Amino acid sequence: MKWESVSDFFAMGGYGLYVWGSYLVAILCIIGEVVAIRIRRRTLYKHLGLRKRSILRGEK
Amino acid sequence: MTINWFKYASPASFYFLAGRMIPYFSIAAIIFLIVGLYIAFFSAPTDFQQGEAYRIIFIHVPAAWMSMFLYVVMAFWAGIGLAFNTRLSSMVASAIAPTGAMFTFLALWTGAWWGKPMWGTWWVWDARLTSELILFFLYIGFMSLQAAIDDPRRADKAGAIIALVGVVNIPIIYFSVQWWNTLHQGASVSLIQSPKMATAMLSGMLIMALAVWMYSIVMILIRARLIILERERHTAWVSELKEGVLE
Repeated sequence: MKWESVSDFFAMGGYGLYVWGSYLVAILCIIGEVVAIRIRRRTLYKHLGLRKRSILRGEK
Repeated sequence: MTINWFKYASPASFYFLAGRMIPYFSIAAIIFLIVGLYIAFFSAPTDFQQGEAYRIIFIHVPAAWMSMFLYVVMAFWAGIGLAFNTRLSSMVASAIAPTGAMFTFLALWTGAWWGKPMWGTWWVWDARLTSELILFFLYIGFMSLQAAIDDPRRADKAGAIIALVGVVNIPIIYFSVQWWNTLHQGASVSLIQSPKMATAMLSGMLIMALAVWMYSIVMILIRARLIILERERHTAWVSELKEGVLE
């Protein structure tokens, strides 16, 4: 293991702010996209007048 | 045996095919992400020039690649939809735009957070950064235009024109570091030169690239399915689907 401790890992050799600032926003972007898709699906299902949501998934 | 490739040009067939493929791509995305992040943070060595700050590369480069690649794919399908009047192609193009915009934003954001410690500035108006920002505006323009037009087929056509005109920006982004003097460094990976990076750095980056590929496929398939249902909600097959006849 190249890191001596957990705090060493989070410090990122003094660049922690920049490294984690990048990765945190990446995670937020992914969460944002997934949430946006869920909202879109909920709106659509409501619009279609569906109660049983599993039907529309269409998986065999 | 002959395969009828046109079968999947029908939104209904594609809807079911996509539904079956999503779980496999999701699993692949998670596996590549775990392996990629492990290499990124535990296996790849410290950079001799940039210290640990370079670890932003594992997200920055895959996001930037994806932002350009998705744009080309989006423009391709939008163009096919415009030329051959195939509804599904246009729906797929619309499904790609939000994911492409997200990766463009991410490439710009991570670039800024990498630029600050390395160049001493969050942003410069250099050719690479500016052309990537234009790419972001192209995605936003495509989505806004489509959202502003009520008739879906007219929205598809208008969007296709923006998308096709905007393709000219892609080679500009890619070659900007060669054509102009930029603060941004040259290409990280080249097909004609041997890699300049340590193997662990390169493999981590490529695996993260695969992860964002798989992630994009999943998001695009899910969104394409929603768009199909939105647009085909008055058709017989969607009614049958709602009643549970189609299984």
